[in-house]
Amino acid sequence: MIAPGSTRFRPTKRSAAGPLRTEPAPVRCLIIAIAGAFLFVFLVLPLFTVFQQAFSRGIGPYVEAIRDPDAIAAIQLTLLVAFMSVAANLAFGLVAAWAITRFEFRGKSLLMTLIDLPFSVSPVIAGLVFVLLFGAQGFFGAFLQEHDIAIIFAVPGIVLATMFVTFPFVARELIPLMQEQGLQEEEAAISLGASGLQTFFRVTLPNVKWALLYGVLLCNARAMGEFGAVSVVSGHVRGETDTMPLHIEILYDEYHFTAAFAVASLLALLALVTLVAKTVLEGQADRS
Amino acid sequence: MMIAVHNVTKRFGTFAALRGVDLEIRSGELIALLGPSGSGKTTLLRIIAGLDRPDDGEILFDGVNALTRSVAARQVGFVFQHYALFRHMTVFENVAFGLRVRKGKQRLPETEIRSRVRKLLDLVQLSWLAERYPNQLSGGQRQRVALARALAIEPRVLLLDEPFGALDAKVRKELRRWLRGLHEEIHVTSVFVTHDQEEALELADRVVVIDKGRIEQVGTPRDVYENPATPFVHEFIGETIATPITIENGVVSYAGATIGLDNQGVRDGKATLFVRPYDMAVVPVGEATFAGRVARIHGLGPARRIEVALHSDPGGIVEVDLPRTSAVSTGEQIGLRPRQYRIFASPAE
Amino acid sequence: MTSDALIIPRRTPFQAPSATARVPLRQPSVIPGFGITLGLTLTWLALIVLIPLAGLFIRSAELTPDEFFAVITSRRTVNALTLSFGISLIAACINLVFGTIVVWALVRYEFPLRRLLDAIVDIPFALPTAVAGIALTSLFAENGLLGQLFAPAGIKVSYTPLGILFALIFIGLPFVVRTVQPVLLDLEPELEDAAASLGASRWQIVRRVILPALLPAMLTGFALAFARSVGEYGAVIFIAGNMPNVSEIAPLLIVIKLEEFRYADATAIAVVMLVVSFVVLFVINRLQRWSADRTGPL
Repeated sequence: MIAPGSTRFRPTKRSAAGPLRTEPAPVRCLIIAIAGAFLFVFLVLPLFTVFQQAFSRGIGPYVEAIRDPDAIAAIQLTLLVAFMSVAANLAFGLVAAWAITRFEFRGKSLLMTLIDLPFSVSPVIAGLVFVLLFGAQGFFGAFLQEHDIAIIFAVPGIVLATMFVTFPFVARELIPLMQEQGLQEEEAAISLGASGLQTFFRVTLPNVKWALLYGVLLCNARAMGEFGAVSVVSGHVRGETDTMPLHIEILYDEYHFTAAFAVASLLALLALVTLVAKTVLEGQADRS
Repeated sequence: MMIAVHNVTKRFGTFAALRGVDLEIRSGELIALLGPSGSGKTTLLRIIAGLDRPDDGEILFDGVNALTRSVAARQVGFVFQHYALFRHMTVFENVAFGLRVRKGKQRLPETEIRSRVRKLLDLVQLSWLAERYPNQLSGGQRQRVALARALAIEPRVLLLDEPFGALDAKVRKELRRWLRGLHEEIHVTSVFVTHDQEEALELADRVVVIDKGRIEQVGTPRDVYENPATPFVHEFIGETIATPITIENGVVSYAGATIGLDNQGVRDGKATLFVRPYDMAVVPVGEATFAGRVARIHGLGPARRIEVALHSDPGGIVEVDLPRTSAVSTGEQIGLRPRQYRIFASPAE
Repeated sequence: MTSDALIIPRRTPFQAPSATARVPLRQPSVIPGFGITLGLTLTWLALIVLIPLAGLFIRSAELTPDEFFAVITSRRTVNALTLSFGISLIAACINLVFGTIVVWALVRYEFPLRRLLDAIVDIPFALPTAVAGIALTSLFAENGLLGQLFAPAGIKVSYTPLGILFALIFIGLPFVVRTVQPVLLDLEPELEDAAASLGASRWQIVRRVILPALLPAMLTGFALAFARSVGEYGAVIFIAGNMPNVSEIAPLLIVIKLEEFRYADATAIAVVMLVVSFVVLFVINRLQRWSADRTGPL
C-alpha cells in the first residue's frame, strides 16, 4: 500500500522516555516550538482563513451566499455524487478486501498496486481519461451522440470521475487491518457450520466496523471536495453541472470572495467533522 | 467415531510437511500428536478437520471418505491455538454461534439454544462469565470458552491445536487435569497437537510421535517412553545419553575397546548407544563401559545429576542421574555401565 | 525389548496419485467466495480504472513519435513540467525536514495539546483542494495575514512560484508525517539504551541509531509527498500566477490544451506525467520492501 494507510487502527504503543532516552529540555522545547509553529502557519492558518473570510462581512452576506439557488444546486449535486461514489466504493472496498486478505493467490501485490493507482494519478488526468473515452471526440463519442446520452459535461461524467479518484479509499483502510486480524475467526466460524455470508456479516464486518466507518468518511470527504477531475469533465454549467468546489471557483474568479469563502466554509466544516470523527474512531478502536 | 488416515501427503511449495502418513484413531480415545515445530502435526490436524486439503491420500471417518465433505459437514469441533474467539461477541454468544448459524430443519428453537449453552458453560465452569467479552478473560478462561464453543455443535471428533501452548505453567497443569476429566465425562474422540512431551504423556491414551512429516512411533505413553522405536523417539521423549559405537562381527565396541553389550540384532557398522541418565550404574572402573572423572554434581531433588568428563572423549561430558544417597564426590574417578539401553544403527551415509 | 503393543507404522514410499486419491476439484481454501469476490474486484477495477487509463495510452499512441516529442519538448510544455517537478521536489524536501521534526515532537514528547496537533496534521487530507487553494491565496496575498509579513521585504508570495511552493508544502506534509510516525512508534527503546550504555551521546544516538532506522520510511514519505505534489491542481491554481513559462503548472497546461480541443497534446503531456508517477510508484514499492526487510522482527 503506498500512501499512508491505517496504522491508526492498530494498537499504538508509545515508548516510555527514560532519562537516557530523551533530549535536554531546551532542545525539546525548541523542537516542539518549531513543529508547532510550522503546523500553525501552514495548516491551521489556512483553515482559519476560510472562516475568517467567510464571515468578514457579517452573517447576512454569509447566509445569502449559501441560500443562493446556484449554491443550493451545487450542494445538492455534490451530495448526490458523493453518495453514489461512497456507496460504490464501499461495496467494492469490502469485496476487494475479502478477496485480498482471505485468500492466497499469485499477483496479489500487483492487484493491490493497481487498486492504489488512482492515488498516484493527477486529478486532472483522472478527468482527462474520461473525456478521452466519452467526450465528443472520444472512443464512444459518436455512439453516445447517436443515442443522445451525455456523460461528459453532465452528471454521469462527474460521478465516474469522482469514483475514479476515490476508488482506493475504503479498500486501503480495510486491507491492512483485515490482514493483521488474520483468518482464524473466519475459519472458526466456518468450522462451526456458518456459511460464507453468515461469516461475513456476523464475524468479519463487526471486527472492521471502525476502520470501515473511517474509510467511508475519508471517501466522502474526498468525493465532496474533488476539484481537478470534476473540473475537467463538468461543463461548468451553473446550476446544473457545478459541484461545490467548482461553484467556489466560479465565485472566486468573479471576485465574489466572501461568497466563495462562505460556500467553502461548509466544506471546511465537513473537514473538521471528519477530523474529529477520526480522533473519536481511533479512540474507539483503541478501546476494543 | 473412528478416523483412518491413509498415506496422506502435503507439500507447501517445495517443503514436504507430511510424507505418506498412516494412522488409525480409535473411537473415543484421547490421542496426542507429538513432535517438534515444523514436524507436520498441526498440518495433519487441519487436514483431518478439513481446513486444509492433502495433496495425496485418504481420510476416512467411520469408513466413509471425508475429503469430499466440507469442514462443517464433517462435524468436527476445532479448538484453535490462539482460541480465535469472536472478539465482539460475549462468551454466551460465542458458544451459541454454531447453533445460531444452523439453517432450516437443523435450526433449534431459541430456548433450546439457550439451555444448551448454559449447560456447556456449566460444564466448563464459566457460567458466571457468560456476559463478558473475550478481552476481559484470562488465557485459561478463553481456552475453556473455545472448548465449549466447539462442543456446542456436538462434534463427532474434537481437534485441539496446541491447546495449552499460550498459557503459563501453573494454568497449563490445571487445565490438563481438567481436560482429562472432561474427556472421561464426555468420551468424544479427541486429537490434540502438542510439542510438550510431558503434556502428551500425561494426558493421552496413545501418543503419535511425528518428525519431519513422518510418524516415528504410535503407542501408549508407556510404550513410547520405555520402548522407543527409533533414535528420534528416544531422544525426543525423556532424556538421552547418545554415544557413537561400532559393531564388528556382532561385537559392540566403544572408543576402540569392546564393552560387552548385546548388539540387539543391529547389523555391523556404525551405530549409536542410547541410555537414559538414570539407567547408568556405578561400577568399579575395571568393569566399566565408560570411565571418567566427576566434573560437577548438582541437583537438589530425589536424584543427583553428575557430570562426568569421559577419558575417551576429551571435552565431552556425560550427564548421569544417580540416587541421592550414592556417595560420589567431585574429582573422583568413576566407572559407569548401562543397565538398560537401546542400540540403533546409524543412518547410512 | 519388543512389545506386542508397539505399533510401528508402515512407511509406504511416496505413491503417485492413484485410485486411492479421490480429491475432488474445489477451491483451495476453506473460506468461501474466492471466485466471486475476485471476479467482482477485477471487473470493477477494470471498468473504473484500468480501461480509462488504457484509453489514455492508446490515444497517445495515435501520435507519431515525432509529433509526440514535438509536443513534449515545446518550450511551454518543458517549462510547465520543469516547474511542476522542480517545485514539488523542493516542497518534498522541506516537508521531509519539518515533517520529521513534527513526527519527533508528536511521538517522543508529551505536551499539552499534543493530540490536537496530531489531528491537525491530517487537515490537508481532509480539506478539499479548492478550499485550500483559495485560503492559501488569501492568506499569502499582499494584504493577507501572512502576506503582510512578506510585503515589507518586497517578497510576493501569491501569484508567484513561491506561492506554488507554499501550497505544495501544505499538500505534502501529512504524507511524510504519517509514513514516518508508525516506524518511530515501533522503534525499540532498548536500542537507544544499549547505545547510551556504550557511551554514545544523545546526538550520536539520534544520528547513528534512530535516523538510519527511520530512513526508509522518510524516503517513502518523501516520494509520496513528491508524487502527490506533482499532480496537484486545486490547491495550486488559485495561488499560482498561471503565467505560461513562469508559473504555469503541468496539470493546468493539460486543462488548457483540453479547452483548446488539442486532445493529442493534452494526452502527450499526461502520458509523460503518468510515466513519471509510475516510476515513482515503483520506487516507493521497493523502498517499502527495503524498509520491511530492515525493520522486520529479528
